[in-house]
Amino acid sequence: MVQVLDPLLIIALALNLVALGVSRIRGVINAVALQGILLGVFPLFMHDEIGARGIALVLVTIALKGFVIPWFLVRAMREADIRHEVTPVIGFVSSVLLGAVGTGLAMAFSSTLPLAGAHADLLLVPASLSTVWTGLLMLITRRKAITQVVGYLVLENGIFLFGLLLLQAMPALVELGVLLDLFTGVFVMGIIIYHINRQFDSISTEHLTELKE
Amino acid sequence: MANLLILFPLAMAALALGVPSNRWRPWLLPAGCAVQVGLSLWAMGAVECSALGGWLALDPLGRVFLGFTSVFFFLCSLYIPGYLAHSAGQSNRWLCANLFVFLAMMTLVILSHHLGLMWVAMEATTLATAPLLYFHRTSRALEATWKYLVICSVGIALALLGSFFLAYSALHGGLKTTLLFDELVRHAEQLSPTWLRAGFVLLLVGYGTKMGLAPMHTWLPDAHGEAPAPVSALLSGALLPSAFLAILRVFHICQASRHGAFAQEILLVMGLLSMAFAAVFVVRQRDFKRLLAYSSVEHMGILIAGIGLGGQAVYGALLHVLTHGFTKGMLFLSAGNIHQVYGSKSTDVVRGVMRRLPLSGAMFLVGFLAITGSPPFGPFVSEVTIASAALSRGHYLAGGLFLFLLCAVFIGMGTTVLAVVQGSPEDSAVESLKSNGRGDRFATGAPIVLLLAIVLLLGVYIPPPLNALLHKAADFLQVTP
Repeated sequence: MVQVLDPLLIIALALNLVALGVSRIRGVINAVALQGILLGVFPLFMHDEIGARGIALVLVTIALKGFVIPWFLVRAMREADIRHEVTPVIGFVSSVLLGAVGTGLAMAFSSTLPLAGAHADLLLVPASLSTVWTGLLMLITRRKAITQVVGYLVLENGIFLFGLLLLQAMPALVELGVLLDLFTGVFVMGIIIYHINRQFDSISTEHLTELKE
Repeated sequence: MANLLILFPLAMAALALGVPSNRWRPWLLPAGCAVQVGLSLWAMGAVECSALGGWLALDPLGRVFLGFTSVFFFLCSLYIPGYLAHSAGQSNRWLCANLFVFLAMMTLVILSHHLGLMWVAMEATTLATAPLLYFHRTSRALEATWKYLVICSVGIALALLGSFFLAYSALHGGLKTTLLFDELVRHAEQLSPTWLRAGFVLLLVGYGTKMGLAPMHTWLPDAHGEAPAPVSALLSGALLPSAFLAILRVFHICQASRHGAFAQEILLVMGLLSMAFAAVFVVRQRDFKRLLAYSSVEHMGILIAGIGLGGQAVYGALLHVLTHGFTKGMLFLSAGNIHQVYGSKSTDVVRGVMRRLPLSGAMFLVGFLAITGSPPFGPFVSEVTIASAALSRGHYLAGGLFLFLLCAVFIGMGTTVLAVVQGSPEDSAVESLKSNGRGDRFATGAPIVLLLAIVLLLGVYIPPPLNALLHKAADFLQVTP
């Protein structure tokens, strides 16, 4: 299983850097959608046997992360008439560099964490931590509300990756948390984006500075 | 029984959605909350109260929080019909329904004994309160709601990662099947220490965001500043402590696994840091509702520092949940009256409240004295308990800092509060007030006086049943196997 999973994980990590470096919002959304589909497939390779419950998780994850939410975001973009450029606080090159440094640190940190026998060889933990880092980076350094939502999705993807370690022992924890949270979080945020757009005729959180100290 | 405590407010929420009259709907809140107080007392009196195979249970710690939350909710709900009469043109259907959902989810946080279930409940409180913040439909309220959702959902996401870490520490330690707190505490010594520590830090950061600990508190002044006054009171008095309870549950596991000292060090530092942040930001604060929000940051710091100090300070911190909640409720509700009459929250406009609104002004002033720890009010007792525990346990530096920061906040808050209360109203303000023609009213004044009575009572006399409850909860937290 390691032989299949590790290359997939490396692709997922590469998509993190793509999401950080692409200048058009559609590109970022596509990268994150692709990462979502990739993540959805993972449970198939984690264990030799996968029950009906596992299959359901795979299908729901792929549908949500790969299609429903990206579609929702694209629609929000079109309806709110958002410009297509990502407007980061720091440059794209610095973003990618920070992402790469984060990945390196995640690798170093994970080697200090003890893993149960079956998981010892996997790249899952470093991949998870560096994806979480990428998500936080996008949340902090992107100005537009919609790219912050995408950053939140990346953060969620990172958490989902870690959840794979628990999939066999505690499937309920993994299923319940991630999907519910993803769906509701983006749903409510989407509605609010709509309102922000109506109120400010723009979707940049830069206008949300009235309450600054 | 445990199910009923959650299902009843949800049923009331559905009822609130169904009631057509905007005028009578808010009265459902005091009625429903009164029944909830009865149910809670009944549950607290029962020998055992659990449901769903142990996923919901009421332990000594839960009893303190359940009792407090339902009583506090009831007192604040008494204020709501009078408050909403002011904005009669606006539909309050969702406000009322959301408040009931909020109550149900907070009760679920308190009752849940399962790591995953508690996380879901915490997430649900965020979703239930977001529409409450946006009640006034202004761009400032919208900004506050957006910040609240983004920052808290990131916090909640990190808490989920922390829950996964904790679950993995159980898996790594060979405890495959359980995430129930009782089981985790019982087998805490088998948990993998590295994962447990990492999980504790993430959960503290995650739930700490919800609790308003510095430096993750940035959503809090905006949210409390822009929300309707009773909602601010409930957020500050009840929601923040329920996040505190979540941190306590995780701390309890650390304590049982002999990593309590590690956790306590972090808690103490975080607590003092929050107090320091608050002390800096209350100085020259011109918005009196934001001032109260920073005071909440300070008091959340006091709670966390109290747990960090250990010993008698744990009892002090639990008592402080109650005394802070009731006092902060009093302050936010009187601030709501002042805000409604003056139409502003800025000290540039709001002056001479004592002349214009004698009751609300007096309550605001007394509330300020109480919250900053002046005798003979409740917070004085709990703060002194924590400070003396710090000194008697040899934490001289922490104890000294604690007292210094309390003084700093007292001075900082005093300047703003006295400016609001004293003096004479500005001419332009007086005219707008005359045309407004409103002073203190019974409906929005009486609940504040009730809160004051409780704050005063807790300062001079803690009823023996309550005292026993608090001691049992403090002992429960500190048991080491």
